[in-house]
Amino acid sequence: MPDLDNPFVLLFTGLGGTLLFASLVGLVLRHAVAKGQPNAVIDNLVARVNAWWWMVGLLGLVFWLGRDAVIGFFALLSFLALREFLTITDTRRGDHQALLASFFLCLPVHYALIWVDWYSLWSILVPVYGFLLLPILAALSGDPKRFLTRAATIQWGVMVAVYCLSHLPALLDLRIPGHEGDGMLLIAFLILVVQGSDVLQYVWGKLLGRHKLSPTLSPSKTWEGLIGGLLSATALGAAMSWITPFTPLQAAGLAFASCVMGFFGGLVLSAIKRDRGIKDWGHLIEGHGGMLDRLDSLCFSAPIFFHLVRYFWT
Amino acid sequence: MLARLAAAAITTATRLLTGARTIWTAPPPPGLQRVYFANHSSHGDFVLLWSSLDPRERARTRPVAGADYWNGDPLRRFVGQRVFRAVLVDRNPATRTADPVEQMLEAIDADDSLILFPEGTRNLTEERLLPFKAGLWHVGRRRPALNLVPVWIDNLNRVMPKGELLPVPLLCTVRFGEPLHVEEGEAKDAFLHRAREALLALAPEQDDR
Repeated sequence: MPDLDNPFVLLFTGLGGTLLFASLVGLVLRHAVAKGQPNAVIDNLVARVNAWWWMVGLLGLVFWLGRDAVIGFFALLSFLALREFLTITDTRRGDHQALLASFFLCLPVHYALIWVDWYSLWSILVPVYGFLLLPILAALSGDPKRFLTRAATIQWGVMVAVYCLSHLPALLDLRIPGHEGDGMLLIAFLILVVQGSDVLQYVWGKLLGRHKLSPTLSPSKTWEGLIGGLLSATALGAAMSWITPFTPLQAAGLAFASCVMGFFGGLVLSAIKRDRGIKDWGHLIEGHGGMLDRLDSLCFSAPIFFHLVRYFWT
Repeated sequence: MLARLAAAAITTATRLLTGARTIWTAPPPPGLQRVYFANHSSHGDFVLLWSSLDPRERARTRPVAGADYWNGDPLRRFVGQRVFRAVLVDRNPATRTADPVEQMLEAIDADDSLILFPEGTRNLTEERLLPFKAGLWHVGRRRPALNLVPVWIDNLNRVMPKGELLPVPLLCTVRFGEPLHVEEGEAKDAFLHRAREALLALAPEQDDR
């Protein structure tokens, strides 16, 4: 008999049910609409749902393993995201030391500081020390060609993929009076709301999408998708307030702010992809693209959510 | 079953490590049967290429590989023959009992796709691409409808610039080009030159970085 008092059990049971429903929808569409023939939209939908099974399962496992596993897991996600980001940039041979430092110095030290819960240092490590160190390493190679572009690109990659994303596991160390040790639930809340918003924007856009929002950056985004997705994800946040320290209204407000930031994260990273002439950041997740295609919204929402909660609740 | 599990494990591990990114510079040719021909600088090249194919394509795609290497020990034999279903050719004309071209044609007539490294061996020189061996021309001439797809495997130079000690774990790219065919009456050298140029055209500008 599952422990129904445990919010995680309920949460993941709910997620499993939702995915089961999505898989059934895919199965029905495949037989009724595509009649067993290849169909780009339906095949992509099924691939996405299958990938969600993996992602939810992995996340469940990591949560079950506990705090160390969660921090290690996000360090790995940062690594994969940073790798995707830096791969498409135009760095030169003279950037090799700076690239090495971003992968093997900035990333592990930053996550180690989160692990030992040293807020006053991790919160400035990348924006201050990393910011200054990386261009110094590049300058030492003596190559001035496109220097500012190269230096700024690497700094940007570390900020988004390591610093911003790491605010998710950093939620573990927020001490909210009366809710100590509930950090894992805050992470689950944010991931669910923001990823839910991405999915719901996609669904609403596919169902009702008429007016393109930003044809130059992200042709698939529509106003109908955005408004429908934001409103339903906000409602989802309110409905999930029972796993958080927030009232339903507060949860709705935080969910709304997070999803707006998440939307802009997707838009900004789309602009970079457009500029580099690529459609996806990678091919790591079948049907979704790369790690950054899935994490773009979380990279932009996590720091804001973290600081809103930290300021108003601790 | 074991071979299929091993294939899935190898594909997943390769994707995780190199995150191979697949780029079609031209729309993939209609029909799934192809001969992919690629530059060759590492033992991992064909695994990378193979892993970056769509699962349905991958299931029918077999590398053409040197029998001397893949018959080396039991593990390599299992991986080469059962997992990758490699078409193993003897690279030494003196000891050869089967004609490599006939072996390739046999696989093609059985509806399989092939991965071929026309340089014949790994390129460890400064040259971007070694001269091509004739196998590609023979196969293309005898099966003129077959799509010969050039594939450039790239990024090792950024991952590990010469003279550096540590590699940067950047993603590798596998770039597919427009398919070629041997034209009616096209001479061997003319075709091999054309094929080599088509492959080089997929390589990114060397000094751009």
